[in-house]
Amino acid sequence: MKEEERGKIKVYGRPRLKKALPLMYCPGCHYGIITSLIAEVIEEMGIEGDTIGVSSVGCTFITTQYFDLDFIDSAHGRSPAVATGIKHAHFGKPIVFTIQGDGDLAAIGMGCIINAINRFEKITTIFLNNANYGTTGGQLAPTTLLGQKTTTTPDGRDPKTAGFPIHIAEFLSNLKGVAYSARCAVNTPANYNRAKKALKNAFQKQIDGVGYSIVEFLSACPGSWKLTASEAMKRIAEDMIPEYPLGEFKNVERII
Amino acid sequence: MIKRILTTGNEAIGHGAIYAGCRHFFGYPITPQNQCTEFFAREFPKMGGVFVQSESETASINMVYGAAAAGVRAMTSTASVGFSLMQEGISHIAMAELPCVVVNVQRGGPGMGTTQTAQMDYLQVTKGGGHGGYRNIVLAPASVQECFDFIQLAFYLADKYRNLVLALSDGIIAEMAESIELRTLEFDPLPEKDWALKGKAHKGGRRDFISCSNLLTRPTRDGLKVLGDKFHEIEANEVRYENYMTEDANFILVAYGSSARISKEAVDIARSEGFKVGLIRPITLWPFPYKPIRDLTHGKKFLVVEDGLEQMIEDVRCATEGKSEVYFLGGTARHLPGPGGMIFPDRVIEEVKKLI
Repeated sequence: MKEEERGKIKVYGRPRLKKALPLMYCPGCHYGIITSLIAEVIEEMGIEGDTIGVSSVGCTFITTQYFDLDFIDSAHGRSPAVATGIKHAHFGKPIVFTIQGDGDLAAIGMGCIINAINRFEKITTIFLNNANYGTTGGQLAPTTLLGQKTTTTPDGRDPKTAGFPIHIAEFLSNLKGVAYSARCAVNTPANYNRAKKALKNAFQKQIDGVGYSIVEFLSACPGSWKLTASEAMKRIAEDMIPEYPLGEFKNVERII
Repeated sequence: MIKRILTTGNEAIGHGAIYAGCRHFFGYPITPQNQCTEFFAREFPKMGGVFVQSESETASINMVYGAAAAGVRAMTSTASVGFSLMQEGISHIAMAELPCVVVNVQRGGPGMGTTQTAQMDYLQVTKGGGHGGYRNIVLAPASVQECFDFIQLAFYLADKYRNLVLALSDGIIAEMAESIELRTLEFDPLPEKDWALKGKAHKGGRRDFISCSNLLTRPTRDGLKVLGDKFHEIEANEVRYENYMTEDANFILVAYGSSARISKEAVDIARSEGFKVGLIRPITLWPFPYKPIRDLTHGKKFLVVEDGLEQMIEDVRCATEGKSEVYFLGGTARHLPGPGGMIFPDRVIEEVKKLI
């Protein structure tokens, strides 16, 4: 660093678009980090004036309070339809993103997102996968790992009765309308930086009108996992990433 | 110059929406409202408007929720079965106080029922339908002209109160053709939608948050008061009804929509035979015209004509406060046993003569 730059370069701080509110998440929850990351990306891309966020039910609902952005919440699983309404209301001009949990997107709202993609909407979905229903106390989600104990699979998820973990980023990337699909984590600084790039790519695909974009985040949920913050972080690396590999599953310049 | 066209109830809804300045329609096919959705698919793209065919009525109503939150006049139309699927979204619209317009062209129920006309959704549309005890303003057109006019009125009332307004049609009103006058209705000025989501850059950097919950926006008790006060204000100001030959009548028919047309003809025939019969036609099913009916109770009998099972009769009994006999003529009085059956005026007169 040159002598004249000392004290002038921001190396740490709260993103301007993230409001200074008390932390409403459980200790060790990754939602706070992911909220900061989204705010940083929107700020750095200079798109805050045209961006509208749509949240859903559960802990994603709390994120609405942190963003200094136009925001709306919606019924459980329906945010891609709400985002469709907003995007079309302004004739495609705003940048619209949904923020959805795994119960929201992969269970009750699966039909909604598949059809939004298949209608070729230009929307960005940020999908937070914490392998359970966090807000309601840790029940089985479609993304719950095999063997994982939840309050509705007290002996661990058994595929014979409770099925299999679903891989959303890979699954949705198979749809023609998807321009970009990636899975990220925020458990290490390197992964955080990769996630930031992925999110920028996703918003850029929407801005360029290429197609639908999805970024899945593996997110720790120590409260409902009944783990400490550091144990939860370890589970991301040791259990979650082996089941849900990180990386890009689709990145195309043109669909039609 | 007066512009007249011959059109159906379903298409008149589309013309009404255009005259109301609506350019956003989200819908899903269902009989007997398909010509309505098809009208928007055909006409809106030509005029720079938006037509989106959703994957379900659940999605349609949530698209309307989003578009209304963005500040535009948005609507959807459906028929009974699809209307049931919309209840979740409608309840959320009530909490978020978004001005939306929904058309329900009634068909037979319950369940898949029939694809043909009926009036079987009264309790669902007037008493909520979804959870939480909210109210929708319900307009019941009884002619093709009213289909056209009431969509304009619906958008005005929706914007005035930030409330969902429902136009309750039925298979008969939807499919019949009449000559209507195309005209822009005049209404009082409306407040600016300064709460709408447009992106901060389009409103001086201010951030807005629209919520279908009380959890983060206001204390629960304040939320209840806001909604309760609004519903009371609507009840005080927006009751609409038509009185037809009730002044000297000793026997009053109560009917809405297609049954009101049939009942009106029955009144004319009964009068020509010397019977003093009149009709009250509720135009707003919510708020319901309780007082106008109560004011007529002295020494009179009432017959509710509704093409289904007993539903509106509950409100008529409530209005008469036990001071008058209230009778019912419904779907079992249809002329045919199949789904194409109808209640004809002579059947209404037969019942009147029996009861009078």
